Amino acid sequence: MRGYLSYFKLKFITGLQYRAAALAGMSTQFFFGMVYVLVYVAFYESGSSTKTPMELSSLVSYVWLGQAFFGLVYLWYKDKEILTMIKNGNIAYELCRPQDLYFTWCSKILGERLAMVTLRFLPVILVAILLPTPYRLEAASSISSFLFFLLAMILSTFLMTVLVVLYHVVCLFTLDEKGIVNILMVLADILSGLVIPVPFFPAYLRNISNLLPFRYITDFPFLVYTGNVGGGQILIGLGSQIFWILFLFFLGRFITNKALRKTVIQGG
Amino acid sequence: MSFIEVKHIHKTFKLPLKQGGIKGSLKSFFHREYRTIHAIDDISFSIKKGEIIGYIGPNGAGKSTTIKILSGILVPDSGSVVVDKMTPWKDRKKYVAEIGAVFGQRSQLWWDIPAMDSFRLLKDIYKIGDQEYEKTLNELIDLLDLKDILNVPVRQLSLGSRMRLEIAASLLHRPKILFLDEPTIGLDAVSKRQVREFIKKINRQNKVTIILTTHDMADIEALAKRILLIGKGVLLYDGSLKQLKEQYDYLKTVRVMTKEYVKIKKSYIQSQRRIEGGIEFQVDARKVEMNDFIHYLSSKLTIKDIDFIPQTIDDVIVRLYEEYGI
Repeated sequence: MRGYLSYFKLKFITGLQYRAAALAGMSTQFFFGMVYVLVYVAFYESGSSTKTPMELSSLVSYVWLGQAFFGLVYLWYKDKEILTMIKNGNIAYELCRPQDLYFTWCSKILGERLAMVTLRFLPVILVAILLPTPYRLEAASSISSFLFFLLAMILSTFLMTVLVVLYHVVCLFTLDEKGIVNILMVLADILSGLVIPVPFFPAYLRNISNLLPFRYITDFPFLVYTGNVGGGQILIGLGSQIFWILFLFFLGRFITNKALRKTVIQGG
Repeated sequence: MSFIEVKHIHKTFKLPLKQGGIKGSLKSFFHREYRTIHAIDDISFSIKKGEIIGYIGPNGAGKSTTIKILSGILVPDSGSVVVDKMTPWKDRKKYVAEIGAVFGQRSQLWWDIPAMDSFRLLKDIYKIGDQEYEKTLNELIDLLDLKDILNVPVRQLSLGSRMRLEIAASLLHRPKILFLDEPTIGLDAVSKRQVREFIKKINRQNKVTIILTTHDMADIEALAKRILLIGKGVLLYDGSLKQLKEQYDYLKTVRVMTKEYVKIKKSYIQSQRRIEGGIEFQVDARKVEMNDFIHYLSSKLTIKDIDFIPQTIDDVIVRLYEEYGI
């Protein structure tokens, strides 16, 4: 355990070192958040009275949450160190450590992602709260929904980790991440609600995204926060999160074990 | 029983055959052909505790594959390996806590941070106690002269300094066996000597069993009493270096400085070639007395100077490779 923790710490610390990257990340998040919010506000103001699936204030909060937690929830993340290690054979060292490869990679990826979100989270939240009314991040709809949101975010973090580790261990076979990551970039980005919140999807697409893990990382916790998902729906959502965590975890471990049986170390 | 016992291991790799060019690439996109490589073809040997083994062979002979099987990274297709009563790939986690490995062409240190931080990470990974860690580290700092390079980001260090740190990193947890895969690759003469001295020292002091692969025969000469020669996945020689040298000692290289050129057709001349300002002969000393040869030579040529070039271990190895056609 201590070993995994130190991987986590080391990754977290090195992640915090890249100040320029953090600054760039932050401004990107502000920029995108602002653009989305402005567009939605314009839509709502010019729109007719047809019923919208979300209140404007909820929608704006949703957008800001998405930007604040972006470092944690986006799904096309590549761990450069792990991928290079697979390609150039440095993984040989990783394999002669008295540790489980799968958990080692979990702690590395988790460490880096948490570093990423730590650097972006606070400034984005602070500014989003201070903005004037139609543009601002509102408080959670109730205390209970805030608490459930926290729980859902924690599960979402685990879900993100097992999903990201999954395609990293697939690279033990494919040696290259480009194909798989590109597919995820399109698929996960849309289906997770990072582009348009899932409630705005047409019914069939909503059904699809309910059946896949992606929206339980982003969309679900945010909707809990804004109160758009409540009551029994929350429990179903949390259950789905747990199901997907377990499923992807066991799948990842299965693939890792299979891969290690027939590892080839690149470059002799 | 021996400390390391390897019996009849085999390992084959399936490599996709790729043809060059657009047409070939398109073809292999739809239909992939594979080539099977027998990286290791029935190798057996045993090693006693505290030995230093030189594991040699040309590029692609299967050295690294063997090392990786012995260190639990690769699983052989068949055969058995028992090291210290464990099978490396089955008891992997427990086993690797007892071994250390240096892969000379790779790095285990984190590039952007000082080696000290990597060491601390290793301390946690191997669950080394505080006191034990301090003690081992101080020993290593002394032996490898690490004081000045320990707190510098690794990327700023020279290859020689880095290699010393790499070796130290693999010894922090006091392994019983140390695998050194080309530890002196790319090092200058001084660093090479330093690394060799160190390897000798830890072998003597800590009774560490060492398996060393290298292309630098001076490494072998300085360190290993016993060598294993492997070629095309087959074990070709297992014995002492001295014996191997003696086996080929009959070949003498004689360099004669002269203005003339003659072609000598005698059974004892293995080969001859023209060099700048003279001729070089390879003489089979079993078939002729050197005295007679020189006598004969002086009757044919005006000799300005004559040199007997001692056979280096490199020559022996080249000859061996030639003989086995590897």
